[in-house]
Amino acid sequence: MERVIFYILALIMIVFAIASVTSRKMLRSVIYLLFVLCGIAGVYFLIDYNFLAAIQLTVYAGGIIVLIIFSVLLVHHIEMELEIAKPSKQIITTIACLLGLGVFLTTIYAHEFNVVENSLTTTTAEIGTKLLSYDAGGFILPFEVISVLLLAAMVGAIIIAKGRKLEERSQKSEDSSI
Amino acid sequence: MTKALSITKGIHDWLSSIMSENAANFVEMVLIALVYLGIFAIAGLFLVLIERRVAAWFQLRVGPNRVGFQGLLQTMADALKLLSKELTGTEKADKFLYNLAPYFVIVTSLMALAVIPFTQEFQAFDINIGILFLIAISSIGVIGILLGGWSSNNKFALIGAMRSGVQTISYELSVGLSLLTMILITGTLQLSEIIEVQKNGWLIVQGHIPAIIAFMIFMIAGTAETNRAPFDMAEAESELGAGFHTEYSGMKFAYFFLAEFINMFIIAAIATTVFFGGWLSPFGITESIPLLGVFWFLAKTMFLVFLMMWFRWTFPRLRVDQLLTLEWKYLLPLNLMNIVLMALIVWLNLIIKL
Repeated sequence: MERVIFYILALIMIVFAIASVTSRKMLRSVIYLLFVLCGIAGVYFLIDYNFLAAIQLTVYAGGIIVLIIFSVLLVHHIEMELEIAKPSKQIITTIACLLGLGVFLTTIYAHEFNVVENSLTTTTAEIGTKLLSYDAGGFILPFEVISVLLLAAMVGAIIIAKGRKLEERSQKSEDSSI
Repeated sequence: MTKALSITKGIHDWLSSIMSENAANFVEMVLIALVYLGIFAIAGLFLVLIERRVAAWFQLRVGPNRVGFQGLLQTMADALKLLSKELTGTEKADKFLYNLAPYFVIVTSLMALAVIPFTQEFQAFDINIGILFLIAISSIGVIGILLGGWSSNNKFALIGAMRSGVQTISYELSVGLSLLTMILITGTLQLSEIIEVQKNGWLIVQGHIPAIIAFMIFMIAGTAETNRAPFDMAEAESELGAGFHTEYSGMKFAYFFLAEFINMFIIAAIATTVFFGGWLSPFGITESIPLLGVFWFLAKTMFLVFLMMWFRWTFPRLRVDQLLTLEWKYLLPLNLMNIVLMALIVWLNLIIKL
């Protein structure tokens, strides 16, 4: 049963991933990408990583895809289609993709995976304590680094959004001080 | 609930007797999905009827009362009419996305129903991250609205979809944070355990002041997330025609319409589960009759649904800037302070337990 579901999910993901990069309509490829991300969430559900699956749905499907759709809505018209790249570019991209795929496949097949019997579901409480523990194996440092990164992103967003106004204000204050 | 349980057990035994275990499980899943689909398609139609009757009552009219007893079959007849209507669309629309959009909206709202506990046994999917799952699912529904608006190739539909997107993304924060406030008391995300915690008093009593604030914020943000008046910017009929579903007709329009009402039911059901003890009876008066759990759950949910309808016919519509000001300048800071307050109360053990 699980094997069948896995193969169905894998098929969905591969088909939509290919559709996503080959589609010439921008919003359609975004939607195909959404299906790929939902498929990944499905794989997480299949291996009982419920928390990760829900986060995948919230952050990627609900957050990032909505943002991408927004930007497409702002810049793209329904009748426009993406242009096809030059043959030389196509060949170079194919070679680069095949190289990347080769590296991935050799690493995956060279690595010996341990089969986990009777895996337990990680509870949210465990994830929380692990995230904030400063013992060996705790994740407090990456957690804090990520919060600093988020803060920087927020400050950056404010600067970009209000940049001109802030400049004008500082110029005014300079003028008045002179 | 023993009776209903014995029915499902009987079906399970019967199915496993005639086919292999995997197949039986699969058939059971399909059956449960069909039962849910059937119940909530009908329930959604009755919610539409209730909305119309309540609206009529508020406006001192009679409302639909001709088809069936007190108009009970009115919305059924409407649904049949919508089924038989021709499906139209615009000439240069993106047909694939245009047809896909209604399913996004309806499928996500039906998925959310799976985790809601109607009674102890009547819960399709008791996942250990219930609340998070609900938030995750509800954040996908907006994609359907955005797609519907864009692929109709219509200015007004596009504006409606953009407004709806802005609104849903903003108010999702408040919904999430107000539920998070309550998670501080329960200490679990699983919906059945959240109800278990409330056997010592409903959470709105246990958490007193911050819980009441969280409940108010949840109801405001929930109303906004379902795109209902006073937050129905997405389909403001005096400005945008019908907003994002202007170009839809027949059953596809009905999907959007039904999804709106099912979403309203879901918001009320989440509020019931998290704040008002779900299927628990007040003061445990009918604890010995577990079958009444469904009744209490539906009674509380229906009261909250009525509250949302009351909002709709009482308040005038907000402007877009007012809408965003309300969320980002008032609700969000209030919510963050409320979480700190709740953390303090849980830490100092000031919870009221009956």
